[in-house]
Amino acid sequence: MNDASMSAEMTANLSKSLDFDQAAKPKVVAKDVNVFYGEKQALFDVSIDIVEKSVTAFIGPSGCGKSTFLRCINRMNDTIEGCVVKGGISLDGDDIYAPSLDVVELRARVGMVFQKPNPFPKSIYENVSYGPRIHGLARGKTELDEIVESSLKRAGLWEEVKDRLNEPGTGLSGGQQQRLCIARAIAVSPEVILMDEPCSALDPIATARIEELIDELRANFTIIIVTHSMQQAARVSQRTAFFHLGILVELGATEQIFTNPSDKRTQDYITGRFG
Amino acid sequence: MAGYAFLLIALMTTAAYLLGRGRGARIWAGGDGSKVHSLPGYHGAFVAAWVGIPAFILGLFWLFLQGPIIDQFLIASLPTSMTDGATASQINLLVSEIKNVAAGQVFKEPTPDIVAAAERYELWGQIARWAMIVVALAVMVVALSFARSRLAPRFRARNAFEHVLSGLMIFCSVVAIATTIGIVSSLVFEAWRFFTMVPVTEFLFGLRWEPQIALRDDQVAGLGAFGAIPVFTGTILIAFLAMLVATPIGIFTAIYLVEYSSDRARKIIKPIMEILAGVPTVVYGFFAVLTVAPAIREFGGLIGIAVSPNSAIAAGGVMGIMIIPFISSLSDDALNAVPRSMRDGSLALGATPSETMIKVLLPAALPGIVGGVLLGVSRAIGETMIVVMAAGLIASLTLNPLDSVTTVTVQIVTLLIGDTEFDSPKTLAAFALGLVLFLVTLCLNVIALRIVRKYREQYD
Repeated sequence: MNDASMSAEMTANLSKSLDFDQAAKPKVVAKDVNVFYGEKQALFDVSIDIVEKSVTAFIGPSGCGKSTFLRCINRMNDTIEGCVVKGGISLDGDDIYAPSLDVVELRARVGMVFQKPNPFPKSIYENVSYGPRIHGLARGKTELDEIVESSLKRAGLWEEVKDRLNEPGTGLSGGQQQRLCIARAIAVSPEVILMDEPCSALDPIATARIEELIDELRANFTIIIVTHSMQQAARVSQRTAFFHLGILVELGATEQIFTNPSDKRTQDYITGRFG
Repeated sequence: MAGYAFLLIALMTTAAYLLGRGRGARIWAGGDGSKVHSLPGYHGAFVAAWVGIPAFILGLFWLFLQGPIIDQFLIASLPTSMTDGATASQINLLVSEIKNVAAGQVFKEPTPDIVAAAERYELWGQIARWAMIVVALAVMVVALSFARSRLAPRFRARNAFEHVLSGLMIFCSVVAIATTIGIVSSLVFEAWRFFTMVPVTEFLFGLRWEPQIALRDDQVAGLGAFGAIPVFTGTILIAFLAMLVATPIGIFTAIYLVEYSSDRARKIIKPIMEILAGVPTVVYGFFAVLTVAPAIREFGGLIGIAVSPNSAIAAGGVMGIMIIPFISSLSDDALNAVPRSMRDGSLALGATPSETMIKVLLPAALPGIVGGVLLGVSRAIGETMIVVMAAGLIASLTLNPLDSVTTVTVQIVTLLIGDTEFDSPKTLAAFALGLVLFLVTLCLNVIALRIVRKYREQYD
């Protein structure tokens, strides 16, 4: 297959998947995103629509650029020296790379959960109240208490920690720490939550708990999850994007990607031929 | 002569290595490969260790013991008329006169007895040196034949050499420990002698420090007072001023380097900080005494405040500059040790870099930074050269940074310079001060290292 026909096929796939979701409103729209780490190009012309209040999974082999793309959406790549992002990404129609945009505000709208649970070495309460405090979301202690309580409840952690809110968050188990990090992200009331392999450091039971939680959160948030586990993508997501070597190969409804992929590379990957 | 002896030992050791390796190579070639335990080089090293190490140790002991033993013989051989009724120090004087004559340094016409003794001394020295070479050679030959006889295909030269190496490392660490014990015990011993002359309570709580007492009857000097409080307050004042300069500048530099600076700025600033750390303290001393102190004095004059020429603030300020790189590099390490995920977590929640720094990174790195500051304090207290040059000598009890104060280290230096006699409280006071200094810096270092270590455990 030559390059031209390949890209033609890709475009066809893309437009097909867009047709599929025409009813849903796109929350994040990326157009021709190219990312460079110094001389090395990590992403090539990625264009994608993320549907509101649904879970989109990014899958692909290691080093395929899925995490890099995820980190473009809240501009965490800004913190990496030598990283250049070209192209446009918009959130509700606002260009997030526009000079007038405030990164701090963007990150309050687009929360993030990392691969390894990273609670601050502070109490559980302070971990959750950190975001609301710096953004001034609460007027007074009672309001802050309410935000902390509701965030922990939505993260499914409240029952386990309500009696020890003043103990350090680092003392929790790995799965609890990750739910604490989710609660911490929710507390700022973001519109989008980015999850970068949130279960890769957890055991199967804790993973199941987080997956359930992701399914519940879908009602209120737009969730994008990067995962290495194809089963996880199949379980939690409505739409799946397959990345390979910095190219967005295929995007579509999760069911279609896993049962009837249109690209040969996707097929090879999900059947375990590589990656 | 001793040099030749050690050269001989070195040559013999090399020869032993070559012999052992040659033997090993023959064993290696003769055996059927799998049956031979060690490579030829290990056989060589094994033989060399046997030949070199005992002979070297013997040589060292010989050198240490030779002098005192010959001295004893010398004293015993002197005519009784010269040694009868003489005190130990008179005999010492006599012995050193004999040695001087033997070495050809004649200060006054020696008596025939002394000339004879000097000749004997010379002769015994010769005998001792030759004897050493002969004995060392004998030991090496015996060791060589013993070690060579051990070599065999199944001989575990590799493991045996491992023992030699670990022994060598234990020896090296023992040297450091033994030196520390020696220093501490000499401090304690001399300080104890001081405290038999001056009560501990007077030393620790007395408010007057005038140690320049007369050493000889014809000297004009004060009666002496050994209350160290003014010296301690002076030290604390200068150290405090130094930390006042060093702590904020050092920590802010570290924060800037870790969190805000571009790669290019870091590449320029870091080496400059290293230069600052490498400036000899005596140069800081010049800077304090020739530049900073006059400048502060002039400025004080302009606004109508009297500043002493050796003001504490000049010495303390320059000392602070000296400590900046120390604190900034330790804080830098502490901040870098905070996992990147902490910073990412905070930034991803929409915190600005400075919010992240104040609320997440600094609290997480605080134990490491506090440890660094405490180590800085112990350096400030123990620092000598800057204060010797820039601080005063008079121990005045004041907390005014514009006055002249003195420090423990300055007093130790001045007490031990010039005519000294090690049985007067004046000189022994230096050891008491040294002991206090040692205890304080030891405590600070222990506390600082404990804090730093406790903090390290958190993330590893």
